[in-house]
Amino acid sequence: MHNVTGKAFVFGHNIDTDQIYPGRYLELVDPQEIASHCMEGADPTFVQRFSPGDIIVAGRNFGCGSSREHAAITLLHAGVGAVVAESFARIFYRNAINLGITVLVCPGITKEVNEGDILEVNLGEGLVINKTTGKTITGEKLSDYALEILAHGGIKPLFRKITAQME
Amino acid sequence: MHAIEKILARASGKDTVTTGEIVKAKVDFAEVNDLYLQTIYSFYEMGGKKVWDKDKLCFVFDHYAPAPTIKSAQIHKEMRQFVQEQGLTHHFDINTGVCHQVMPEAGVVWPGMILVATDSHTTTHGAFGAFGTGVGATDMATIMISGELWFRVPEIIKIEINGQLPEGVMAKDVILYILGKLGADAAVYKAIEFCGSYVENLGVAERMVICNMAVEMGAKTAYMVPNQQVLEYVKARTNRPFDILETDPDFKYAESYVFDISQLSPQVAVPHSVDNVVPIEEAPSVKVDQAFIGACTGGRVEDIKAAADLLRGKKIHPHTRLVVIPASNEVFLEANKLGYVEDLIKAGATFSTPGCGPCLGAHEGVLASGEVCVTASNRNFPGRMGSTGASVYLASPATAAAAALTGHLVDPRTINKGVE
Repeated sequence: MHNVTGKAFVFGHNIDTDQIYPGRYLELVDPQEIASHCMEGADPTFVQRFSPGDIIVAGRNFGCGSSREHAAITLLHAGVGAVVAESFARIFYRNAINLGITVLVCPGITKEVNEGDILEVNLGEGLVINKTTGKTITGEKLSDYALEILAHGGIKPLFRKITAQME
Repeated sequence: MHAIEKILARASGKDTVTTGEIVKAKVDFAEVNDLYLQTIYSFYEMGGKKVWDKDKLCFVFDHYAPAPTIKSAQIHKEMRQFVQEQGLTHHFDINTGVCHQVMPEAGVVWPGMILVATDSHTTTHGAFGAFGTGVGATDMATIMISGELWFRVPEIIKIEINGQLPEGVMAKDVILYILGKLGADAAVYKAIEFCGSYVENLGVAERMVICNMAVEMGAKTAYMVPNQQVLEYVKARTNRPFDILETDPDFKYAESYVFDISQLSPQVAVPHSVDNVVPIEEAPSVKVDQAFIGACTGGRVEDIKAAADLLRGKKIHPHTRLVVIPASNEVFLEANKLGYVEDLIKAGATFSTPGCGPCLGAHEGVLASGEVCVTASNRNFPGRMGSTGASVYLASPATAAAAALTGHLVDPRTINKGVE
């Protein structure tokens, strides 16, 4: 499992799916258009400041609210390197893994990272290294099945293998 | 084992399951709502050809019903085409209502089943003793192909609710109160069982309100032991045999909470968080532009009755709009038969087609910047009902009706006192 290095964007607790991707854009299907509204409800300047590969750091219950997969899709199309949060809402967590987005549960992370710090996320070990401060923060390793999905680049490639075998 | 664990064990062909274990469970019924055209695309992208069981999958058009834009009309068109091509037995078009209401009405929800839908409020079906949970489009596509989904066996929280609710206070107030006490992340990745003397005697509609909002605490699923009213409701709508799986007496809950609601006041979740809850006595008396009664939390006959009882023979405030959207056509007909629709229209209410429109800011009553809404729906996130500059207050249908009448956020129990 590869490591991800990027600049941190730090958010608080209970960042909900309407903040990640407002409901009024749910009709959109073009990836670039979807990406252009990423995190708009939480920070309208996010898209201008964010570069592909950068890392979102958040407090508890990131992705709470709707089951809308657009919340994960917008992060995917915006090119998020990883999302590291103190905890994730269940449906968002599944959606992100299904789409092949690196997610890591890391209690206490918001206390150890400032906006703009450079982070390295080591998914295999479940670690975050703050390159700016030199500090290593221990997160929770993903389940084997989640790691298998991520190793395939998401559940679609994994499932295509399964459906091919069914024939 | 807990009843929830027994449901998961049975569906995954196991005798026992343990907390934290990942199981692959067979899904008894699955639902896709009209936000999720991606589900069909993912189904084909993943190699799907025919759905696993044409009797066990349905589409419900509720979030964009009737279609407000060309794009949403296109979504409906492609979904209808899929429904026809696949020959699905159940389809709920724009003339039916909110998925969580129309599925139980159609008899596809029963105790002990696993119901998965592309809607976070699928926890609602815990009211019937079912394992109901929401997923995104890609998870749903895997179900459409295989009829199965992986689940992590959750920790289970027990929330015991005792006492008799005072006059003028509703089930919505109960769940807002609990949310305020425990917080929006109290049950992330866990399941909640609601029990206690209040729950044991509760009607189907009120049970659905409480289980619906379990997801606002992060719950994967909610559960209530089915009572007589639930059994009568289910048996009136399906001939399907079912049994009730009982929790073993020695089961150890991850956490337990006890609430007494016999002195409870109406509750309000003030912007912009579902757990930012205060009793009405401490809520700001803000000027209200719109009141909303409807959606999967607050659009049942009991909710419309509460508003009609408060507004009968009166006129809503000239500066306030009251939008009422019944949860289903069945609810609409019943509320009409009982005279509530006429009461509310005469009082100045605007009725819209059964569905979810304004609850997620799609149509039929979205908010402009600077506007204030008191709503019987379930979320007050920034931008949830339209502009991010709007303020959404969650409350009971009675409190929403009182706001429509007075033009302010006010205690509904003060309205009829000494007047009649």
